Amino acid sequence: MATASTKTILIKPIFMDNPIALQILGVCSALAVTTSLQVTLVMCLALTAVCAFSNLFISMIRNYMPSSIRIIIQMTIIASLVILVDQVLKAYAFEISKQLSVFVGLIITNCIVMGRAEAFAMKNPPVPSFMDGIGNGLGYSVVLIVVGTLRELFGSGTLLGITILPSVANGGWYQPNGLMLLAPSAFFIIAFFIWILRNKYDEQIEKNEFEMKPHTVEKGAH
Amino acid sequence: MEHYLSLFISAVFVENMALMLFLGMCTFLAVSKKVDTAIGLGIAVIVVQTITVPVNNLIYNYLLKDGALAWAGMPDVDLSFLGFLCYIGVIAAMVQILEMFLDKFVPALYNALGVFLPLITVNCAILGASLFMVERSYTFPESLAYGVGAGAGWALAIVLLAAIREKMKYSDVPAGLRGLGITFMTTGLMSLGFMSFSGLTL
Repeated sequence: MATASTKTILIKPIFMDNPIALQILGVCSALAVTTSLQVTLVMCLALTAVCAFSNLFISMIRNYMPSSIRIIIQMTIIASLVILVDQVLKAYAFEISKQLSVFVGLIITNCIVMGRAEAFAMKNPPVPSFMDGIGNGLGYSVVLIVVGTLRELFGSGTLLGITILPSVANGGWYQPNGLMLLAPSAFFIIAFFIWILRNKYDEQIEKNEFEMKPHTVEKGAH
Repeated sequence: MEHYLSLFISAVFVENMALMLFLGMCTFLAVSKKVDTAIGLGIAVIVVQTITVPVNNLIYNYLLKDGALAWAGMPDVDLSFLGFLCYIGVIAAMVQILEMFLDKFVPALYNALGVFLPLITVNCAILGASLFMVERSYTFPESLAYGVGAGAGWALAIVLLAAIREKMKYSDVPAGLRGLGITFMTTGLMSLGFMSFSGLTL
């Protein structure tokens, strides 16, 4: 990994090694904040920023950290960054910060941030770590934006609050699909996203725990 | 009393941490392959949730809230921005203390929970419950009922999912959906089922 170019580090997590689809990291917030695209975008920005800077700082002090208390140190750094993000959001985007409610705070326990800090930033110099943070943030953002777009478009017929499909309630023709705004749809959309991604990159397909034997007909039996 | 029972029921079913609020998803999907381990993790979450939510409630009300430090002679201090740092600190410390306590006094349970205890620190369901508690300004007894309920709801969901996955490992799933994909689908269907509890009140 140390020899990998900056571009690879930045691009790879977006599709090849997507944090949500492949590494099962940070799924929690991915589902909860995606009912409208605007909120989704803010969340992506917040997470990418936290992930990049926590990677940067942790990587800077990685050689001075006793490994027995490294989790606490990482937590403190991440929590401080999240407090910063939260204060900025409250100051400049109060409405959105109200909609995100607890999910800004939950960036602290978002496994992408912790996971990348532990897996990448602890072993690599600051600049690649920073890039890795941005890359993983983008990988997370791609999934979130896809889910957010689908849910807002089909759930309420709007994108970023602008009407795309005029709904029946407003005299248009589109009957909004209420299910899209509810919890279960997010699970289904992510499942389909994973399906499409894994059909494209075969090596991501998980092995079956049990393989069915092919049906064979014994010659001469019966 | 009825009020607290209603709070508990709604935390377990109506606002199920895992299925309706998507909290603790990472562990939920990763550690739900076997029913036994799911039960262990579920119990650990209930215990930690029951302790941390009320403790964070006390900390918020007597240290962090705007004007909460009046008893110390500093009525104008508002430390609520330090919330995140404190809650996660409390959770990490509680998990550590619980681990040491169990190791010393209840080694059987300690061995059963094993690796799950440290995992819980980074479980968003735990931090999420504390944050919801602050946002909805629960009182101390309310926070206790909510903590137990949130933990129990999460435990119920993970045990159910593990049971389904145990059955499902023999089924022939399309290649791209194997593992994670089909688990998401299953969780989606379960979440659809849990939606029937919405509006449930005592």
